[in-house]
Amino acid sequence: MSGAAPLSGAASAPDADALPALTVEGLEVSVRTEAGLRPLVSGLSFTLARGETLAIAGESGSGKSITSLAIMGLLPPPAVRITGGRIKLGRTELTDLPEGRMRAIRGDRVAMIFQEPMTSLNPVLTIGTQLAEAIRAHETVSKAEARARALEALRSVRLSQPERRLDQYPHELSGGMRQRVMIAMALALRPEVLIADEPTTALDVTVQREVLDLLRDLQRELGTAIILITHDMGVVAEMADRVIVMRDGRMVEEGRATQIFTEPRADYTRALLAAVPRMGAGRGRPPVEAEPIARLSDLQVRFDLKGGLLGRTQARVHAVEHVSFDIRRGETFALVGESGCGKSTIAKAMVGLVPHEGRIEIGGQTLGTLDAAGRKALRRRVQIVFQDPMAALDPRMRIGDLIAEPLVIHGIGTPEERRARVGDLLTRVGLSPAQMERYPHEFSGGQRQRICIARALALRPELIIADESVSALDVSVQARVLDLLAALKREFGIALLFISHDMAVVENVSDRVAVMYLGQIVEMGTRDQVFGNPQHPYTRRLIEAVPVPDPLHQRPPAPRLAGEIPSPVHPVGAGPERVRLADVGAGHLVAG
Amino acid sequence: MIAALGLPVRRRPMLAIGSALLLAFLLAALLAPWIAPFDPIAQDGSIRLHPPSLAHPFGTDNFGRDVLSRVIWGARIDLQIAVLGVLFPFLIGTAVGTLAGFFGGWIDALFMRLIDVILAFPFLVLMLSIIAILGPGLTSFYIAMALVGWVSYARLIRAQILVLKTQDFAVAAQSLGFSRTRIMFRHLLPNALAGSLVFVMSDAVLVLLNGAAISYLGLGVQPPLAEWGVMVAEGQAFITTAWWITLFPGLAIVTLAFGFSLLGDALGDLLGVKE
Amino acid sequence: MHRYRFVLFRPLQFLPVLFGISVITFVLVRLIPGDPARILLGTRATPTALARIRAQYGLDEPMWAQYLYFLKNLASGEMGRSTLYKIDVLPLIATRIEPTLALVTMGVLLSLAIAVPFAAISARRQGRAADQAVRVVSTLGIGFPPFWLGLVLILLFSVTLGWLPVSGYGETLGEKISHLILPGLTVALSLSAVLTRSLRAGMIAGIHSDVATAARARGLSENAVFWRHVVPNALVPTVNLLAVNIGWLIGGTVGVESVFALPGMGQLLVRGIFSRDYMVVQGVAMTFAVATVLVNFLADIVTVALDPRVKL
Repeated sequence: MSGAAPLSGAASAPDADALPALTVEGLEVSVRTEAGLRPLVSGLSFTLARGETLAIAGESGSGKSITSLAIMGLLPPPAVRITGGRIKLGRTELTDLPEGRMRAIRGDRVAMIFQEPMTSLNPVLTIGTQLAEAIRAHETVSKAEARARALEALRSVRLSQPERRLDQYPHELSGGMRQRVMIAMALALRPEVLIADEPTTALDVTVQREVLDLLRDLQRELGTAIILITHDMGVVAEMADRVIVMRDGRMVEEGRATQIFTEPRADYTRALLAAVPRMGAGRGRPPVEAEPIARLSDLQVRFDLKGGLLGRTQARVHAVEHVSFDIRRGETFALVGESGCGKSTIAKAMVGLVPHEGRIEIGGQTLGTLDAAGRKALRRRVQIVFQDPMAALDPRMRIGDLIAEPLVIHGIGTPEERRARVGDLLTRVGLSPAQMERYPHEFSGGQRQRICIARALALRPELIIADESVSALDVSVQARVLDLLAALKREFGIALLFISHDMAVVENVSDRVAVMYLGQIVEMGTRDQVFGNPQHPYTRRLIEAVPVPDPLHQRPPAPRLAGEIPSPVHPVGAGPERVRLADVGAGHLVAG
Repeated sequence: MIAALGLPVRRRPMLAIGSALLLAFLLAALLAPWIAPFDPIAQDGSIRLHPPSLAHPFGTDNFGRDVLSRVIWGARIDLQIAVLGVLFPFLIGTAVGTLAGFFGGWIDALFMRLIDVILAFPFLVLMLSIIAILGPGLTSFYIAMALVGWVSYARLIRAQILVLKTQDFAVAAQSLGFSRTRIMFRHLLPNALAGSLVFVMSDAVLVLLNGAAISYLGLGVQPPLAEWGVMVAEGQAFITTAWWITLFPGLAIVTLAFGFSLLGDALGDLLGVKE
Repeated sequence: MHRYRFVLFRPLQFLPVLFGISVITFVLVRLIPGDPARILLGTRATPTALARIRAQYGLDEPMWAQYLYFLKNLASGEMGRSTLYKIDVLPLIATRIEPTLALVTMGVLLSLAIAVPFAAISARRQGRAADQAVRVVSTLGIGFPPFWLGLVLILLFSVTLGWLPVSGYGETLGEKISHLILPGLTVALSLSAVLTRSLRAGMIAGIHSDVATAARARGLSENAVFWRHVVPNALVPTVNLLAVNIGWLIGGTVGVESVFALPGMGQLLVRGIFSRDYMVVQGVAMTFAVATVLVNFLADIVTVALDPRVKL
């Protein structure tokens, strides 16, 4: 450490305000491949002022995460390394620092939090041990004192019952709590710079809200400079003072957040911002009036949790409770809610993948009363598209065979006709028939999802269930897949059950919406009813939690929440309290 | 991934060395009558316990037999042990594992309990007990292998199928209306087999070691046949004076096992299978 | 401490396995063609002895009744009499447990002492010469027949260097230990090859894991990251591997005991097979099986202790 650089952000040298917290000049990071050095990041220069939040935004492969690892000196050796440029933390030159001195800086002067709080904490050590270890790595304090400091750190991130948390293991905490622990660990030593790499991407939207609020509050208290790495332009708009947009390892644009959002200069930035789904953009379309293609009444799905000596049922997961709704022909019906609310279970029940109670009718036929041939015929009418297209495609089959397989099963067409049909389908989803002979791993994520859609279309279904189908895709790819789904819907008159956690996407694509919470629907109506006039407190909380991609947007002051969603697991015989939906006007149903 | 199998072995040293070793032993086994310099069984009192020399590169044993020739002829028996000792358990285990994973329910429960019980016995102990009943010999060894060895394959295939069953592509196939049999044999089993193909190679090593161990103990291949385990046992009495009788057949086992292991590792890399 | 409650009720779950073990050992001996009484007592048995054993085991009654007799005898600690050693099987086995137990324990401890450092060196220098060497040696090591390796070690350490005894067991503790070093090393070398490969894979995964990256980002030294955050997580699957392989390991001791003339259970089994001493074979097989079940139970406890997420 250079003598002039302060040990913590609290005490500053006289000229500290003029000196940037971090300076990056002409950074180049390359990976060694069989074909020689390939740059992952090149010509990147920026400064980070004290107390400032700088967002580095970009899609996958833009080099934003590599940049953060380069600053931390944590590039995976030996293949990836810095091949040019300089990184300076205050006055300390980091690029040629020996590992021992770099280590002393890591965690002390520059800290980092990661995307996956579940995998970034050691599962076999308690929270307290890991916090104390991080403190004792830099300061010679007694174990008792380290523990006291750890407790203080947990308090500062407003974790409930901090004393108890010290002795708990990571798996005993929820995702949001784990991310708070990670933040506590990162800020325990008051670093000058905090790098947050997609800190809320793995979290539900309401939990994301809490973590973002916490980060902003802590920054105000401690004056830490933050580099926020994210793909989410909403998060950028809410948090950043300045923004760097990256693509393919290069900086595309840099500017103040207000400037980037209001008058972007680069074409890429404009395209990126145009692709971001915005709340309020889809209002005003009239709802579709048609016969229902699917009708669910009083649907219930429960899973038994067995355990103990004799394998008796000890408790039940009430995944779906008394859910009723219709999906009309040609409409997009959206199920929205946070993880574990039961929305995906409904999709599985509708295609007969999980046993259910209650009634599911598809095109007038009741699921569960059909014989094998009837079920097979029904399968042609409902198709499902999953979240992870790689996992949904058998890795050992060519995509031509994958798309043709449902036709073979249902005995449709001759081999030549099927081949022609597969070619048509590939063309229709924006791929080329020449790609029929390739394997799934040869395609990008967006292309794979198109293959899944082509396969779902092969049987000319009347209803497609899209279960988080665009959630894993980059925002520009996501926009194109959503456009494709909308076009196909118009062209073939297919109804869409759109299952998503993303309120903004749902608002953009849906005709009608049902909001789910803990297995039950708490609000249902047309898109305009639910988004324009949300009645249930949970719906409001979901909508308010969505980050708005507009830095000038003023968020209404709201109480800082640190709540946890209760568990859907209940002892045998007990169950959640059933909510009753009441019509508040024009078919807008709200839980009372 | 399948396409990768067709790639040349260049830049894949494990695949190259592994296949070369196995090929060499296969050739030695097939061509033993022509390439072995001496009769492996014929005794010659005049050249007993000769150390390695130009005429007898691996020396001679206490009956004056050429150790090199016996090692070459031994490849016939030991390769057969490794192949047949894997084949029967593989077929039985794959069938059982597929059935158990496919049907689930009481069939699965029954097989799993049976496997638990068989696994409770140390492998070699159960094999020895079965051989004790059937009497010593190679046939007894194969029967014992078939009776005991299938459990690993059954467990492996079943576990793979249970995991694959829950993956999206299996769920997708189900939701497309594919029959259970089709999903099982067209989608799940080929993916599950990749893992057990790698296991076949490491199992071949274990079977080879077991077969040699049983012959060493005098319960498998019987003298005067040339088998590497038997040869080690025969050399044991002369370990202080004629180490070569023991050393070379052992090295043959190690080398053949190395070939199987390398090929298994290379296949694992190619098929993307983790152990 | 409720996570350890399984220690109390898990033994109940062994009952079906123990039942299966008793059925298999019972069936094994009944499968031998010929008069079971003669098989059990040997060819030179007297008519009175034959009559007594027929009554004791109900050999003239149907199979299921014979099985109940077998269980009844077993429950009273009656495992029959060895035709070779002319004493009851149970006390005979009791005298043979110690060398085998000592050999297995020594083998496991030594193999961990070998595998952990080598896997650590290999994983931390992935792709470099040391790693390549460890990988080649451990891959080679898997193919070493224990009985042959034992002979090579004898040749090296006993015959050539004269440091250690060739074979046997000895009376005093010191003698026993010196007699166990080479057999223990033989078992350990074979086992450590398997363990090294598993540990290395686990450690490499751990070194590249988010946990390790996050720990480095907190400024922990590479040593602290490795020994506190990588090794404990890599040990969990290795303990399971040890438990799964324990049957294989115990089996391996049979050959090693033969090489070193260690008077353990493996040697007893082999002698029993050669002399058609079926009571001994049955008793040893059953003891080995129960021991395997116990070791797996022990491995469960260790796993729970190592990984707080595991609930049994």
